[in-house]
Amino acid sequence: MIAELGQYALALALALSILQVLLPAWGAAKGDAVLMGTAAPLAFALMGFVTFAFAALIQLYVTSDFTVVNVVENSHSQMPLIYRITSTWGNHEGSMLLWVFVLALFGALVAAFGGNLPDRLKAHVLAVQGLIALAFLSFILLTSNPFLRLAPPPAEGRDLNPILQDPGLAIHPPLLYLGYVGLSVSFAFAVAALIEGRIDAAWARWVRPWTLAAWVFLTLGIAMGSYWAYYELGWGGWWFWDPVENASLMPWLAATALLHSAVVMEKRDALKVWTILLAILAFSLSLVGTFLVRSGVLTSVHAFATDPARGVFILGILTFFIAGGLALFAFRASELKQGGLFAPVSREGALVFNNLFLTAATAAVLVGTLYPLALEAFTGAKITVGPPYFNLAFGGLMLPLVCAMPFGPLLAWKRGDLLGVAQRLMLAAGLAVVAAVVTAAAVTGGPVLAPLAVGLAVFIMLGALTDLAERAGLGRVRAKVALARLAGVPRSAYGTAIAHFGVGVCLLGIACEASWSQEKIAAMTVGDQLVIGSRDLTLERMENRTGPNYRARSAVFSIRHQGEPEGRIDASRRIFASRQMATTEAGIRTFGFSQLYVSMGEETQDGHVSVRATFKPNVTLIWLGAVVMAFGGMLSLLDRRLRIGVPKPARSRVAAVPAE
Amino acid sequence: MAFAFGRTDVNGYKMMSAPLFALFALMTAVAALAVLWPLSRSRVLKGEREADLAVYRDQLAEIDRDRDGGRLPPEQAEAARTEVARRMLAADAARVADAGSKKGGDSRRRAAAVMALVIVPLFGAGLYLYLGTPDLPGAPLAERLAAPADRGDVAILVRKVEDHLAQNPNDGAGFEVLAPIYLRLGRFDDAARAYAQAIRLQGPTALRYSALGEVLVMAANGIVTADALKAFQDAAKLDPTEPRASYFLGLAAEQDGRDADAAAIWSAMVAGAPADAPYLPLLKVALARVEGKDKSGAAAQAGAGPAPGPSAADVANAANMSTGDRNVMIRGMVQKLQDRLTAEPGDLDGWLRLARAYKVLGDTDKAKGALASARTAFAGKTDALARIDAAAKDLGLGG
Repeated sequence: MIAELGQYALALALALSILQVLLPAWGAAKGDAVLMGTAAPLAFALMGFVTFAFAALIQLYVTSDFTVVNVVENSHSQMPLIYRITSTWGNHEGSMLLWVFVLALFGALVAAFGGNLPDRLKAHVLAVQGLIALAFLSFILLTSNPFLRLAPPPAEGRDLNPILQDPGLAIHPPLLYLGYVGLSVSFAFAVAALIEGRIDAAWARWVRPWTLAAWVFLTLGIAMGSYWAYYELGWGGWWFWDPVENASLMPWLAATALLHSAVVMEKRDALKVWTILLAILAFSLSLVGTFLVRSGVLTSVHAFATDPARGVFILGILTFFIAGGLALFAFRASELKQGGLFAPVSREGALVFNNLFLTAATAAVLVGTLYPLALEAFTGAKITVGPPYFNLAFGGLMLPLVCAMPFGPLLAWKRGDLLGVAQRLMLAAGLAVVAAVVTAAAVTGGPVLAPLAVGLAVFIMLGALTDLAERAGLGRVRAKVALARLAGVPRSAYGTAIAHFGVGVCLLGIACEASWSQEKIAAMTVGDQLVIGSRDLTLERMENRTGPNYRARSAVFSIRHQGEPEGRIDASRRIFASRQMATTEAGIRTFGFSQLYVSMGEETQDGHVSVRATFKPNVTLIWLGAVVMAFGGMLSLLDRRLRIGVPKPARSRVAAVPAE
Repeated sequence: MAFAFGRTDVNGYKMMSAPLFALFALMTAVAALAVLWPLSRSRVLKGEREADLAVYRDQLAEIDRDRDGGRLPPEQAEAARTEVARRMLAADAARVADAGSKKGGDSRRRAAAVMALVIVPLFGAGLYLYLGTPDLPGAPLAERLAAPADRGDVAILVRKVEDHLAQNPNDGAGFEVLAPIYLRLGRFDDAARAYAQAIRLQGPTALRYSALGEVLVMAANGIVTADALKAFQDAAKLDPTEPRASYFLGLAAEQDGRDADAAAIWSAMVAGAPADAPYLPLLKVALARVEGKDKSGAAAQAGAGPAPGPSAADVANAANMSTGDRNVMIRGMVQKLQDRLTAEPGDLDGWLRLARAYKVLGDTDKAKGALASARTAFAGKTDALARIDAAAKDLGLGG
């Protein structure tokens, strides 16, 4: 019965999404406040029914109801509860339902917190959201129905892909989807602006929190995915330039660009047309990202043909929203009022620089990801575009960007003083040089340029702090005044500084991991020792373990650091009977910011086991940096200027200021 | 009680329980209310002007705060204020006439309400009737495991026996019970494993060996593999009169091209069998096949080739199956024939056989399709076309 209720709720949600497109748009065209007023209740109802359907599917998974095909194909009754829940979205149908759930959630949030929006804009935004929901609900119901039933039911499911039986599945896809789908709000705002033919600084302010929220989730989602791949795939890489990863990186780059161009629009009423275009592109890329992963087109173009209904539907949705958005842009952009001009050396100039490089980097990743697919589709030749291309193209574009990053926030709006900014960054630059020299002296081995990369990372971090110090007037005014000023710095400025600091942290982690990782591979028997860096590992014993739906073979090592025991580390291989698959569970121990990573391979007949041990200095900084970035974004989101709600009239506000 | 609901299809009416119907009705009402409720309330338009001005006032206040806090030099603050003030004036001027049209509001509202009342049930119920399975109750695993054994839930019974055998891996009788059930469920590999376990634990008998061999033949799509042959030989060693083993030994000979050996084995079986043996008709078919092949051997080599009908093993299996299983098997064979002909359409006899098979299965359209494909494949060949026409008339499928 639960399955049927979920099915019906999804069907009703589709009906509501049709109304959410028609009624608000009609109301906006006629200027009818009551009709436009249906937008918010419809968005709430849509969220209610989609949530109900999603909860129903989770319930079916939790209770292992094998009358549902989707549950049979992706679940196993012996899995722990957490994996029975997460398998709900560990498959095509369920993950599309999660996507729509997040979409409906964002629609409801816009309805709830959009009290400060003009009625017409809100109606248009929610109508566009309704249209996206309509497309995806149709896709789910007509080609990927998660509530398809089966009689008679089998007694056991076919199990979830073992690689996905991990806490990562509980966190990574929801975060990533919150990011992808969050960009649909920016897209809806952009389309609404194009329909109404008006955008201004106020528009930018309304859009910014949504872009920022999406960006924060996307940042965390990508970092989580990277860490998951790092510990689960068993060879310790944290970024593979895999198309699936690129698919999430591209919207992130576009969203980062959008975030910065929206600031220019809000402050200077400029870059308006470009910002609209970026909003459309960012969501288009997140649609491409969703579908690249979901359609199976990545494994092979031919996977597209195995399920033509799905493939054609996906192409239809992509074409409709991307081509539709861009066509609307082409028709209407000329009617939008252009903003003011500005000098190249200024804050806005720096943000344009940022946008240029970020979009170029996005394009580089896009080309590297799609070129092999296009080549295969047209000529049948299978090629891979590997890390060398991406490292060169992407790295080459990011380098000037991060070098310029500390300068941007220090430049004044309208007319900046580059020389003055350079002087203010002298201290940071000097300390960065010291850091590079110290690094070069302290380490042996690694690329020659590695200490320079460390120096650059330090420069970025200190540059971000310089921005805060400058705002407070540290060194120019008395310490007490400076502290008071520091406390008064708006949260969004703190957010900028912290996010930029996070980029430096991340870069430091990348530089250290890429340059000074130490790796040993050996075939070991019990009692053997392996020396890695200043530590040595002893294989103490091999063990058999039994999990709920797998058997495991574990290698238990003891660690000693310069003779002192430092505990144990376990690496294992798990065999999942239902799917006849094995996974590696790497043993990871964290020392400071560095990690020791041990994975085991097959055992030979004579009791040898192949062991790969890697010491990765400061590797955790890569993900911590991303977390710091996301924290900066969140802080910025909490800024009172972005706080949702109708601001009080000017008079009372001005009067209130001296009293504070 | 149950309501007969909506659509008829090949499965007959879909039945819906009363509580389910009541919940559907409730959900539909909630969905409709999401539109009807806001339509029933009057609202004042919130225009662009006020919203824009609110943002700009906020920006001005922020500039003042920064200036007062010493974070913004006074001259920069003044410039920023001027710019925002300019925007405020522009916003003020641009949107004086923002009043919504009041005309026709009531009729629009009525139209919107009608749209909601049409679209919600139409799409909700329509899609549901297309996709839903209201007559299939949910079945959480825990409930199924707890249910009494007479519910006919074969999968769960098997699972219980499997669980029991996992705990008691030396219970040979258990494996013996399970094996034929696996066979009926089409899980041939599991059935073979279970028979092997039964032989190991209960001791070898001719019956067990021949059952194992038969399962192996079925797993190999009717081919008597080396493993299967070994099993039948073991069975024959224990009891040379075991009919199933003898039959399959004959089949193995036929599949090896030793038709005379096959005929000898089967003839001996016919001679030694009681008059009412259930396998006699099957044996006679098989015998006729190998003997007929001898006679038409020359013709076969001339080009037409023997009709690759179902193997004797297939027929033997079909005789033991329930009607449903048999239909599945027959359809599978027809599909195989269809696939082969699609790949190599030059076999006229094959096409005619396919058309006849579809006609017997009651699928007239596909039968006609097969004949049409044959006509395409043999376009221009008068005698072939004449045969196709004759077959069409014969099957009652028109010219």
